[in-house]
Amino acid sequence: MSGNITGHRFLYNFRKYKFLLYQLVSRDIKIKYRRSVLGIFWSFLEPLLTMIVLTIIFSTLFKRLGVENFPVYLLTGRLIITFFSGATMAAMRSIRGSAGILKTVYVPKYIYSLSAILSNFVTFLLSLVVLFLVMAATNAPFTFYIIFTSLPILALLFFTIGVGMIVATVNVFFRDLEHLYGVLMTLLMYATPVFYPAEIVPESFRFIQDYNPLYAVIECCRSVFLYGKIYDPYQLLFALVSAAVAMIVGLTLFYKYQDKFILRV
Amino acid sequence: MIAGETLERTVINVENVKMNFNLSREKTDNLKEYVIKFIKRELHHDPFWALKGVSFKVEKGDKFGIVGLNGAGKSTILKIISGVMKPTEGDIQVKGSMVPLLEMGAGFDPDYTGRENIFLKGALLGYNRRFLEEKFDEIVEFSELEEFIDVPLKNYSSGMKARLAFSIATMVEPEILIVDEVLSVGDAKFQQKSREKMNSLLDEDATVLFVSHATQQVRIICNKAIWLHQGELIAEGSAEEVCDLYEKWIREN
Repeated sequence: MSGNITGHRFLYNFRKYKFLLYQLVSRDIKIKYRRSVLGIFWSFLEPLLTMIVLTIIFSTLFKRLGVENFPVYLLTGRLIITFFSGATMAAMRSIRGSAGILKTVYVPKYIYSLSAILSNFVTFLLSLVVLFLVMAATNAPFTFYIIFTSLPILALLFFTIGVGMIVATVNVFFRDLEHLYGVLMTLLMYATPVFYPAEIVPESFRFIQDYNPLYAVIECCRSVFLYGKIYDPYQLLFALVSAAVAMIVGLTLFYKYQDKFILRV
Repeated sequence: MIAGETLERTVINVENVKMNFNLSREKTDNLKEYVIKFIKRELHHDPFWALKGVSFKVEKGDKFGIVGLNGAGKSTILKIISGVMKPTEGDIQVKGSMVPLLEMGAGFDPDYTGRENIFLKGALLGYNRRFLEEKFDEIVEFSELEEFIDVPLKNYSSGMKARLAFSIATMVEPEILIVDEVLSVGDAKFQQKSREKMNSLLDEDATVLFVSHATQQVRIICNKAIWLHQGELIAEGSAEEVCDLYEKWIREN
């Protein structure tokens, strides 16, 4: 196979390195649980335990809030937010973290950022099992519409990849982002109605929800998991458009600056 | 016709490659410092040309040596050829699969077993699962690590790690092998074995790019060589000629 090193050869590369992508994703997941007794079960246990704690706190403290089936309400939002912040944070560190390899062997750099996101996505999909168990335990409606949640979840994945590419690139040049990002994610967690009902936010601040792609995804999933109804198509459309925009910005930025990564890490 | 043939035989074509590193006096990698320096107009970069327009061709089957002092640009040209870096100017064409045999530890995961690391590192070099499964036994056998193959790599000695790395990199029989002064791997017995393996690779039609500041090994291994000094090509020709010139220059300086 001949190839011009300086040329653009995305497809050839992707075929050649997809086994590496697979290896990196499975490595992340295996190593994460290797030395723990319960292993992969922590993927189920951790969200379950957190949900129980938060449910006890919020359902006793804010009884008047009137969210029906608080466990499912909370878990839907929290799983999505946790995936987004965990995956983008891992992507942000991916280029610096693999600097040693990127400096010695030619590997398409996006493989490292992508694998960081995909391994978090696998954990996210596993934790959906917990959601289904809690839904069953709380008599939430299981409907045909559950299949359609794959669309907002796909939008979520692509939105996360886009944002992940952006923060991976920025972090190579400005290391402060690593410190700042944790704070930003806490802010996002509180700005998104995850453990409080959307209605308690004053009208003048509603725009925070309206322009939040993650909240659009959460809303889509909640209509199905919580109420057994199909979601508002405009919410889905907003999530998909946001994902496309994030991907375009992320890929453009990454491709523009990736040749400088080696000189900066 | 003849021109066409040489073109066919050329596996690495380096054309007027220049590499510029912006060496800032202090590394600015955070926003605060960047903004402060931007305001104070202190964002100086000292342009440093690691390669100042280097051209050469490597033909199929060549054992190609690159000699020069530290900082001559040897590693930079290797990194550009292997695709790790892009040159600031100039063009590089490479035909065929390439395996770098540099910095042996890179790409291993300490928590992974030897077995898992063979697949991880193999994938890193761009090989697929089927190929690695085929070659797996051969790699393990050559590295003499049968007993330890399911032990996490962090419990390996550095010699064992180097043996594993060498076995993976050479067992795949690449068309182009890039060697950065790493022929002394493991104990004396394994060194002997790795030298034999290298020799058998050398006998075959594999193209080898060998970087060294010692001319002894270059004389033994290579048929052609270039001499780089401060980013410039000083001499090009047969390994003997270039090594003679280089040694003479060293004695005089």
